[in-house]
Amino acid sequence: MGQITLSSITKSFGDVNVIPPLDLTINDGEFVVFVGPSGCGKSTLLRLIAGLEDISSGKIEIDGRNATDAAPAERGLAMVFQSYALYPHMSVRKNIAFPLKMAKMPQAEQDRKVENAARILNLSSYLDRRPGQLSGGQRQRVAIGRAIVREPAAFLFDEPLSNLDAALRVTMRQEISELHQSLKTTMIYVTHDQVEAMTMADKIVVLNAGRIEQVGSPLELYRSPRNLFVAGFIGSPKMNLITGAEADRHGCATLGVRPEHLEVTADGPWNGVIGLAEHLGSDTFLKVAVEGVGDLTVRVPGERGLHHGQTISLLPPPDKLYRFDANGMAL
Amino acid sequence: MATEHSRTAARLMVSPAVILLFLWMIVPLGMTIYFSFLRYNLLMPGMESWTGFDNYYYFITQHAFWDALINTLLLVGGVLVITVVGGVALALLLDQPSKGQGIVRVMVIAPFFVMPTVSALVWKNMFMNPVNGMFAHIAKAFGLQPFDFLSHAPLASIILIVAWSWLPFATLILLTALQSLDREQMEAAEMDGASWLNRFIYLTVPHLTRSITVVVLIQSIFLLSVFAEILVTTNGGPGTASTNLPYLVYAQSLLNYDVGGGSAGGIIAVILANIVAIFLMRMIGKNLET
Repeated sequence: MGQITLSSITKSFGDVNVIPPLDLTINDGEFVVFVGPSGCGKSTLLRLIAGLEDISSGKIEIDGRNATDAAPAERGLAMVFQSYALYPHMSVRKNIAFPLKMAKMPQAEQDRKVENAARILNLSSYLDRRPGQLSGGQRQRVAIGRAIVREPAAFLFDEPLSNLDAALRVTMRQEISELHQSLKTTMIYVTHDQVEAMTMADKIVVLNAGRIEQVGSPLELYRSPRNLFVAGFIGSPKMNLITGAEADRHGCATLGVRPEHLEVTADGPWNGVIGLAEHLGSDTFLKVAVEGVGDLTVRVPGERGLHHGQTISLLPPPDKLYRFDANGMAL
Repeated sequence: MATEHSRTAARLMVSPAVILLFLWMIVPLGMTIYFSFLRYNLLMPGMESWTGFDNYYYFITQHAFWDALINTLLLVGGVLVITVVGGVALALLLDQPSKGQGIVRVMVIAPFFVMPTVSALVWKNMFMNPVNGMFAHIAKAFGLQPFDFLSHAPLASIILIVAWSWLPFATLILLTALQSLDREQMEAAEMDGASWLNRFIYLTVPHLTRSITVVVLIQSIFLLSVFAEILVTTNGGPGTASTNLPYLVYAQSLLNYDVGGGSAGGIIAVILANIVAIFLMRMIGKNLET
């Protein structure tokens, strides 16, 4: 079980209001990702759920039980920290067993659970090493192991992959997703990386300055962003946002076109010169200066031999245009 | 860069400093060793004669030597226990965020800057004096008989005075260590269900071992040679109750005018200090390895 309900919670540090009243329900077994730019309050929100910070007002319920004033340990949640927060002077075995030892579980059962977690996470041969002797990915797994053995109602991840290199990040991302498939426990995951959010989440919560901008499945957010912020944040490369005369012609204040939806044709309405071509192999990202529209990013298949200085013609797909009003809300 | 030529030049450049330091150490040590084999009494100048190991024999067989040896160890051990335990406690308190933190920290460090003779005099006359001291006044306020610290518990009083001046040093080093403790580790332990005491035992103490080792090693070096506090307060007495090895060496050579015996005592003190150092390094030196 692991249903978490936040009802109009707020948090202020002194005079600074970090989280305005916020409501959110996280269902049992869901993989929820909080995503947003740095300083948007996503980590604070996670720490409020964990109980490491006290909320200023509102109510937190975990499995229908009021947990607003419960101590962190009483909430039955396990957290994986950005720095892993392993205990440096303890072996991997003792690190993983620490929460069990604190719960005064019999030694035999502790051993059984630690062995089990180590088997799931491929750590069995490292159990007697210290955290300092492990690589980044292994430390990450130890931190997850320490969370698993507690059999928590929900896992909380605070940017767990940000200290890993790019290749390892992809592997660990898949491992965490697989772990979620097999454990079917609620997971709340904080990241500023929209790729992690898109690939892992059942439900994405986009945060900006403590407010929830939009909640939905990754594809929902991609297809129908509720406002300019979500439109600009979800998707890579970023959506082209066009203002001015061209937007007026479409009857809106801002016109959005995703780079992957723009088509290179023989005679489109938008003509421009390629300022920069980034060849990634599978894709090519073009930066095109279109007269009367501005700079546009275009994503084309990789092996089109386009390069700097060429003039091309672009066709905006009429059914895939996003229109926003003066307040930035989708029309 | 390090060619044969530049290495030779480097050695040449460094050698004056090394030679000076070596002479600075070896000349006094050599003279002390030489004197320790002489019958050399300041009351009979010009009558020095070779005596072999007699000075050592008489120094070790006197009663005061064994008293002084035990007092030295008690003094070092007592001060270490008080400063380490008190230092950890004070560091934990000072680590808590509070108003006026900066001022409080400066005030806590202040005793370390008071020179030993001064702090000993302050303690002797203003606190421990059985007639005018503050402790005597407090005792009288409760209708108790004032306690004459320096006559009835001389060694304990000196331990208290020395510990008072070394406590800031321990506090300072342990406080900096405490501040480098990863906050996320503490939070992880909190989520793992560890109580405050468990967090202290399983996280804080292991984190502090290295700094405690540094405190113990550095303080041992200085505490083995405590002298000013004893000279100013008790003069090693009553009897030999508060005489430690450095004070005994002083008494032998300058109160009894026996330079030879004093030198022998000095050499013995050097040997004993090295034995203590070896034990310390064996016991806790491994904490310093990474």
